[in-house]
Amino acid sequence: MLWKLIVRYVKPSWLPLILVVVFQFAQSVLSLMLPTINADIINDGVLKGDTDTIWRLGFLMLGLSFGQVAANILAILFGSRLAMRAGRDLRSDIFRSVGDYSEQDVQRFGAASLITRNTNDVQQVQMLILMSCTMLLSAPMLAIGGVIMAVRADATLAWLIAVAVPLMVIVLVVLVTRLVPIFRQLQERIDAINKVLREQLTGIRVIRAFVQERREKQRFAVANDGVTDAMLRTGNIFVLMFPIIMLIVEFSSVSVLWFGAGLVDSGELEIGTMMAFLQYLMQILMGVMMATFMTIMIPRAAVSAKRIGEVLETESSIVRVAHGEAMPTPGTVELRDVVFEYPGADTPVLDGVSLSAAPGETVAIIGSTGSGKSTLVNLIPRLFDATGGQVLVGGADVKALDAETLWRGIAIVPQRPYLFGGTVASNLRYGNEQATDEQLWRALEIAQAAGFVQQMDGQLGARIAQGGTNVSGGQRQRLSIARALVAEPDVLVFDDSFSALDLTTDARLRAALTESVGQITQIVVAQRVSTIVDADRIVVLEAGRVVATGTHDELLSSSETYREIVDSQMAVEA
Amino acid sequence: MAREQRDDAGTDRAERDGAVKQKLTREEKIAARRARFAKPEPELTEEERLEEELAEAARRGADDWGPPPGKAKSFWSSGRRLLGLLHPYRWWLALVFALGSIGVFLVVLGPKILGEATNIIVQGFIQRQMPAGATQAQIVEGLRQQGQDDFANMIERMPDLQPGQGIDFEALGGILLIVLGIYLVGSLFQWLQGYVINRIVQRTVQGLRRDVEHKIHRLPLSYYDRMQRGDLLSRVTNDLDNVSQSMSQSMSQVVTGLLTVVGVLVMMLSINVWLALIALIAVPLTGIILGVVMGPAQGLFKEQWKRTGKLNAIVEEAFAGHALVKVFGREQAVRARFAEQNDAVFDASFKAQFISGLVFPLMTFVGNIGYVLVAVAGGLFVAAGQILVGDVQAFIQYSQQFSQNLGQIGQTITMVQSGVASAERVFELLDADDEASDAGGAVPEEGSGRVTFEHVRFSYSPDRPLIEDLSLEVEPGQTVAIVGPTGAGKTTLVNLLMRFYELDGGRITLDGVDTATMTRDALRAQTGMVLQDTWLFGGTIRENIAYARPDATEEEIRAAAEATYVDRFVHSLPDGYDTVIDEEASNLSAGEKQLVTIARAFLARPSVLILDEATSSVDTRTELLLQHAMAALRTDRTSFVIAHRLSTIRDADLILVMEAGRIVEQGDHDSLVAAQGAYWRLLNAQFEQAATDLDLEEELAETGAVPTQQTT
Repeated sequence: MLWKLIVRYVKPSWLPLILVVVFQFAQSVLSLMLPTINADIINDGVLKGDTDTIWRLGFLMLGLSFGQVAANILAILFGSRLAMRAGRDLRSDIFRSVGDYSEQDVQRFGAASLITRNTNDVQQVQMLILMSCTMLLSAPMLAIGGVIMAVRADATLAWLIAVAVPLMVIVLVVLVTRLVPIFRQLQERIDAINKVLREQLTGIRVIRAFVQERREKQRFAVANDGVTDAMLRTGNIFVLMFPIIMLIVEFSSVSVLWFGAGLVDSGELEIGTMMAFLQYLMQILMGVMMATFMTIMIPRAAVSAKRIGEVLETESSIVRVAHGEAMPTPGTVELRDVVFEYPGADTPVLDGVSLSAAPGETVAIIGSTGSGKSTLVNLIPRLFDATGGQVLVGGADVKALDAETLWRGIAIVPQRPYLFGGTVASNLRYGNEQATDEQLWRALEIAQAAGFVQQMDGQLGARIAQGGTNVSGGQRQRLSIARALVAEPDVLVFDDSFSALDLTTDARLRAALTESVGQITQIVVAQRVSTIVDADRIVVLEAGRVVATGTHDELLSSSETYREIVDSQMAVEA
Repeated sequence: MAREQRDDAGTDRAERDGAVKQKLTREEKIAARRARFAKPEPELTEEERLEEELAEAARRGADDWGPPPGKAKSFWSSGRRLLGLLHPYRWWLALVFALGSIGVFLVVLGPKILGEATNIIVQGFIQRQMPAGATQAQIVEGLRQQGQDDFANMIERMPDLQPGQGIDFEALGGILLIVLGIYLVGSLFQWLQGYVINRIVQRTVQGLRRDVEHKIHRLPLSYYDRMQRGDLLSRVTNDLDNVSQSMSQSMSQVVTGLLTVVGVLVMMLSINVWLALIALIAVPLTGIILGVVMGPAQGLFKEQWKRTGKLNAIVEEAFAGHALVKVFGREQAVRARFAEQNDAVFDASFKAQFISGLVFPLMTFVGNIGYVLVAVAGGLFVAAGQILVGDVQAFIQYSQQFSQNLGQIGQTITMVQSGVASAERVFELLDADDEASDAGGAVPEEGSGRVTFEHVRFSYSPDRPLIEDLSLEVEPGQTVAIVGPTGAGKTTLVNLLMRFYELDGGRITLDGVDTATMTRDALRAQTGMVLQDTWLFGGTIRENIAYARPDATEEEIRAAAEATYVDRFVHSLPDGYDTVIDEEASNLSAGEKQLVTIARAFLARPSVLILDEATSSVDTRTELLLQHAMAALRTDRTSFVIAHRLSTIRDADLILVMEAGRIVEQGDHDSLVAAQGAYWRLLNAQFEQAATDLDLEEELAETGAVPTQQTT
């Protein structure tokens, strides 16, 4: 997947990529020329006492150095541009993919996971591309070029390369392959110890109440020993790595001098050339080392690439129609024998559910957790697609409606109210940018939110943090209701939207709603019986089936399940 | 009536909110934030602050994009304290530094000796071309006459010239063996040093971690109220990790790096002062380049993180509010906003990466310039007969080592800064005041559970009194229901009973013994607790039930599970009692988790029980089970219930109605309703909204009160 992603996202930048390769090649060639010229300085200048040659070759080296740094900078310029562009395009494609997802797809991944994929995972891949362009690419060039140059300088010493390089590779591979599993283990143990600490901090009251400090200390000590042990082992390998690498390098250079000296003495090798050979050997070894270390990045990036690939390859489970029908009867909602089943599940979440609501009616849905209430309301704005039966909004099958048309007629108040970063006003206008301040205030009045908004610093202009975390749960819910009202929909869907309100507020809100919404159709999912007693129709849902339908009074006498629910809720608010 | 907050922090968060808000002055908040993010700017607008936070989050999220922020408030004192942790190992440290120094000394000698080997080769090479039998002086003289002054100078400088002879392999072999020996021993010492330092650092960090964990159990609960949980978590996890990382990576580097730089400098100066000065030109050049490049790079990185933070915020909103974006018709707008910010991130990150990417090639360039300068100047010096070829070779290696080590020291400094900043945050935690130590060892008898409050006075902060002069008497086995609005002090009351907080005045007794004279452990061994916040730890269900009594037998655990209805659902789980509860406990429903906490309290067999009735939504069936389980738990025990359900309240032997830290009314349900006081008003307030509900009015007629309904 990693390779596929890289190819796909680097492809549009083929020209910069070619330039990167060209400039990396140029800078490698130039840096490979330096030792040869240095050899000439020694051979033709120093050893012959020719200062002119020293100066001339010196300037040449300086010139080459300039050329090398220029080529390197250009390679980095194009490389970072290319890598950052790939990152940008990846983010953009993931964002677009997720944008097309149905609510079901989002739930499957989890919003948090999707966010990580679009941020950190992209960064991993992007950094790998950047590193490849700026460093990884030149390492093999330097190593291979070094081999060529060294062999050219003196083929009789070349066997030293054939010994030193494999030795270096073997040592590095052995160390790194040992390091990788220990590293993973270390990460696991760090996670484990952090988990213990997190549990202790969150459960501090329980720990103290049950006098379990000693036991927790014991549990922590075990985790602490585990981490320390893994740290020691990784450390042991790390401290070994550097001395061993240096030893290989140093033994190689001593060997070059010893065997080179024999060749020099017999007149087969010039001293400067021997020096050049030595430097090439160093370059090759360093190139090998760098390449090995860079490959450590690859497994991590591969995991990220896989996660990104999953997002990009997931097709939205909802297919939108380009040109939909019009709604013959706006404001009506009807479910006909609706079935909803998760792929691979044994039992359907919803099984043969039918209900209908006319304009201005309030239809309530009640049932215990897991009865399928939330799934049901997600079907109406087509956030989920029913797997059987039909969902009709405004008299037309939602699958035949153009999404924009459908959504223009619906507003939702989700179970977990979410506010966007900005101001109170920007949130309220989310579904209706043209709404006047008066409209906003009116909606706030109905939602019983005018009071606290008036007390907020800046009123309509008051700042709302991302997610709405700077207002209380109840306030968030009321603002979310006001937002839905401002959108002036034909159908209003409340998904358990009153649970964070105290009973008094809940009652006032519902009274205000009934009074002012007029012809708006309301679909209300609720936990509290008190919220729905006034509904035109109450649908009692159990295990995905409608077990009873009727008004509160009717159900009290006819439905055992409904009575059970009512009984269990006898409580005093305190 | 305000509903209990659903915050996982629990009920009493709301009670304290006011107090805490006043307690933390604006200055303190700013200081706390500054400590967190090390912001030097004195005043930030709300928006700027938000932006910086987003940027910081983005930066931290992308873990390997650079070291964590590193500015300690008082670098030196915290650094000294961090070093102080190594005190127990000081002799070991002295030893490894001695070893390390020898290692460095040997490694630094290496190039010089290797240079000697080169000299022998060069000399042999030149000797061979000369007529045998001639003396060094004759040859020099001859060369001068031929006008080859430079060459003559070079020859003149060679020691013990033996014209006609080839390379002296015996001498060469000897020197090379010495070099090999030096490198071998040097590497061995370096490895030993690294090995020992690794052990020392890891043991030290292990100790630090243990200290932090022990501290967690000694801190008063008020500390946890004051601190943000996220901040605490970050201190005990991220900061500790960072201390360990930076210590193990920097400890040996600082010393070897500095020693190597000094050693190399000495060697270079001893070979040739002028050549040394030329080689050192690289140093200011490096400084200039780092200054010129890294200055703007810092700013560019800041911009990159700022924009990335904004982009991440857009992504977060779009994904978290996915359904809203669609239904409210905002898809196009959100996409446009994303595209715009995505381009901005591209722009900024390209610049930042490019500019910072320049450092490496420029450093290489400086290295190359140094290399050329040394090669040329060295060649000239050799020609002038001032030094030998081998010295030039040694010089080239020295100048490489020099700049390498300088770069490493620079990196290490950043690491040390960041490590000390993290250590400082850990020290702040360690320095917080402990809970007052247990006064006495009065041991309560395995008692009946009689509880009295006598003139109890308490407040979370001195300027905001909460409980003043509260008295109360509870007979053994009674159930006490505590009712009242949010912030009335209900949770505080039970917190005081458990001695989570110490009284400001008055006393609480358990079976006649003042709880303040008992150890906290002894007191808490007598009390059991079920909180709304269903905390379970990551172990099996069996272990969680047996949490308070790890020695409980299997039968006892089963009995507790059966009595509290845990047994019923456990059988439907794949591994039964061995099912491991994962961190989010997502394999258990909220109600099931609550049942496990009840079983846990059941098994603890306390004589006094504290129950905070759950207000979280669970389904109808589990709700009923919960009520039965709680009832089973209360049987024959003195119980304090922070009550929400009418059934609990009605059945209670004593109802305490609390308002603003005072008990405004107490009695049983019937008498309180008859009194038409605070309790009655409380019930009526609930009723207002449901006034049209005939069924409930009937209920009212039956009980003489006005109950309301709620799914709790």
